[in-house]
Amino acid sequence: MFKGNLQLKLGNFTLNSGEFQFESTGVTVLFGRSGSGKSTLLRALSGLDRATRGQLMFHDEPWQMGKQARPVEQRDIGFVFQTAALLPGKTVQSNLDYAIKRVPKSRAQGPSFEEISQRVGITHLLPRSVDNLSGGERQRVAIARALLARPRVLMMDEPLSALDWRAKTELLALIESVIADYQIPTLYITHAPIEVERLANRVVFMADGRITSIETLAEATTRIDSPLFTEEGPVSVLHGTLGTVDQDGLLPFTASTTPNSPPVFTFWLNRTEHHTAPAQNSQARLRILARDVALAREQVDGISMLNQIPATIQRIEVDAAANRQAVFLTLHDGQTLIAELSSRSVQALALKPEQAVFALVKTAALLDS
Amino acid sequence: MQVFGYPLDVDPILLTLEVAGITTLALLIIGTPIAWALSQMRSRARIFLEALVALPLVLPPTVLGFYLIIALNPNGEIAHFLKSLGYDGQLTFNKLGLIIGSVIYSLPFTVQPIMAAFEALPTQIVDAARTMRASFFDRFFTVIVPLARQGFLVGSVLTFAHTVGEFGVVLMVGGNIEGQTRTVSIAIFDHVESFEYAEAHLLSIIMVIFSLLVLMFVYALNRKLQIKQA
Repeated sequence: MFKGNLQLKLGNFTLNSGEFQFESTGVTVLFGRSGSGKSTLLRALSGLDRATRGQLMFHDEPWQMGKQARPVEQRDIGFVFQTAALLPGKTVQSNLDYAIKRVPKSRAQGPSFEEISQRVGITHLLPRSVDNLSGGERQRVAIARALLARPRVLMMDEPLSALDWRAKTELLALIESVIADYQIPTLYITHAPIEVERLANRVVFMADGRITSIETLAEATTRIDSPLFTEEGPVSVLHGTLGTVDQDGLLPFTASTTPNSPPVFTFWLNRTEHHTAPAQNSQARLRILARDVALAREQVDGISMLNQIPATIQRIEVDAAANRQAVFLTLHDGQTLIAELSSRSVQALALKPEQAVFALVKTAALLDS
Repeated sequence: MQVFGYPLDVDPILLTLEVAGITTLALLIIGTPIAWALSQMRSRARIFLEALVALPLVLPPTVLGFYLIIALNPNGEIAHFLKSLGYDGQLTFNKLGLIIGSVIYSLPFTVQPIMAAFEALPTQIVDAARTMRASFFDRFFTVIVPLARQGFLVGSVLTFAHTVGEFGVVLMVGGNIEGQTRTVSIAIFDHVESFEYAEAHLLSIIMVIFSLLVLMFVYALNRKLQIKQA
């Protein structure tokens, strides 16, 4: 649990967070445009800036009380910066040793060094100098180093922003699985909605140096005016389980209400080259653009769309400016899927709340999950 | 000692190296905290303090020497303080006074390069060390000094070379006492005054070669120590 109210003035920029309180479990994403104060808030939360003022409690531990601050060295945080911030001229191993040597006995537990370096994919890099690594490799080392510091909170400040597209995709998948498996409370900064949808349990929205709202991911993606939605329009995020690839190369993504009951829906996904092979039966998120979802009143035969999911209309919101309407659907396990339709289609189908419909989603639209 | 048939007086050379060496060590110990404090300062007092540190660069050495003679006089505060610590020599016209004078005279040559290196530190690397629980002294010696090593190198070599080359302050504070305060630069002046051009030549050419070698060493090492930017 983080609770407080922080101020920090850096040059011309002033952070004045306002009162806030949020759970520390899972992933909390700080989201906002550049210049909204995300990084400044994270610096204030971490204690890296001495000019921080205000109050901050981590669980029942005071981290900031006016000018008094608990030193960063005693906060047990792991930090991953935009640049990897490794010690130049040293090997990967000695960079990791720097963190390991300084872990107090009371916190020296958790996954082994071998497991972490294997998991993060840097075992073969250990004897190499960090000066000769690629951007993606450097950031992997930085992630391993932060994990090996045995943090109570992992803080990541746009860790993917300096990477190319391929390294970004690989590292996002890595970060997603590592923080889920090791159960480390994480604060994560990004301005990319796709990273929010993949990682977040809750979102702290920021603008003009203050926190505008704190919402769960479900809340943040089920309002049409969400700051997460860009020119791509509304996006739904479904939680489910990935199965095994079938003989046609399609990957099933299912959700059930209880572990052994038959699935309430199955999406068939295309495997793609850049898709890092997911572990079988692993928990995953599926990101679906509302404009890629069509609606039918009954199941449709003679159509190439494989994904036809039964659902009930929850509500319909009108975006008058674009002459489009967002239809919020409840799937049978309670998750929300959004379909974006033209006003004419909504009228022609006579769609209204509580009506049962089928959501049609093109397989091709599910590439980037 | 005879070189090319001329007598070479080794004492001034040894004395010069000793004074310059001690001054450099003393200034690394005194100058580093000053450089760090200045580099971290955000207040307006910094402008005054930076100017104060740079003052020996522009002041005529005679001005510095004059105030030093007054400050170091046997009845002054500094002499009394040293006496209370058990030192019963005098400060003017001896080696200790010479070293004190050199420390003040060469201060900017130590502080400025080290301060510039501290200001150019990649803050994220230092911050990363803090999040890995490195205390101030821990990260200072394990991260900051290695990253600022070029500043330390340039600072100490410039300080050493500048102290070797000082003249005015030495003459004012130290006088010209053989084996005590007669450094190479004073010895050369002395030889020229007494028309001993051969001896002056010998010491002068040694200084030229020494200075050239020192500078070449700095440039070579500077290149080798370059930190690769990723």
